[in-house]
Amino acid sequence: MTAYTATVTVRLKHGVLDPEAETTKQALDRLGFELSALRSADRYEIDLEADGADEAEARADEMAERLLANPTIHDYEVSVVEAAAAQ
Amino acid sequence: MTVAVIQFGGSNCDRDAVRALNYLGIDAERVWHEDGLPEDTTGIMLPGGFSYGDYLRAGAMAARSPIMAEVREAADDGVPVLGVCNGAQVGSESGLTAGAFTTNKSARFQCEHVHLRVENADTPWTEEFDEGDVIEVPIAHGEGRFEITDERYDELEANDQILFRYCDADGNLTDEANPNGSTGNVAGILGDDDSVAVLMPHPERATLPDVGGTDGADVLTGFRV
Repeated sequence: MTAYTATVTVRLKHGVLDPEAETTKQALDRLGFELSALRSADRYEIDLEADGADEAEARADEMAERLLANPTIHDYEVSVVEAAAAQ
Repeated sequence: MTVAVIQFGGSNCDRDAVRALNYLGIDAERVWHEDGLPEDTTGIMLPGGFSYGDYLRAGAMAARSPIMAEVREAADDGVPVLGVCNGAQVGSESGLTAGAFTTNKSARFQCEHVHLRVENADTPWTEEFDEGDVIEVPIAHGEGRFEITDERYDELEANDQILFRYCDADGNLTDEANPNGSTGNVAGILGDDDSVAVLMPHPERATLPDVGGTDGADVLTGFRV
């Protein structure tokens, strides 16, 4: 078994309104920054032991599928690195 | 006949729900989620609140608690299920109904009275109404914006699964009357069977005459069927 860190990034699907991101953008506008858009995403870092990177990714993928993301509004992506490499 | 009002950690409308149902002569009791559904359960209400602190997404954690598997099984057997506010979010997250309830367009928690138009009067929850009737009930939520894919939305419409839409006092579906930016002004929908319904507004807060309007009472009487 090897220690891995899987990173799951969950973001709203293209076209789904993100009021919090819009509010954040407006605050940056007020601070004088110039930007044309801002998107937000949630990132989960999961430490787990697995026989290989593929297995670690498959398990993190299932976690995203079953809980971390809501398929109606979210897209997600999973990436995996060996824990030693992540530190 | 007992309606089980399921209490999760962070539910806070469970007492109101029991009191409103009892006032209507409907037997109801609070059921702690870890205790499972009582055997004599003839109806299930998922109450409002902030289950699990709304962590991750409103309703996401409660939707995956073991009792919800029992709720889905009961719903499949025809036991009436009503999800209100956080209960609607739980119902949606657990797959009892389509779509998702997410952050209000305003990005704010909104606590106000709204008008709803009855879209389908041929359900246990609306049989006291006529299609097109307008009722007044309160909302209190930060994540009530109904989102759904275009394809699933068309299916909901085609199957007459839209129960209530936000409207003005005259029943017009306007953007101004849509408090949270919900797709199609949708405030409440039905599951695959019309014995399952979820809605963001609070009928139990508009049932006891002492606390204001009573338009919500005729929704809760759906449990009498």
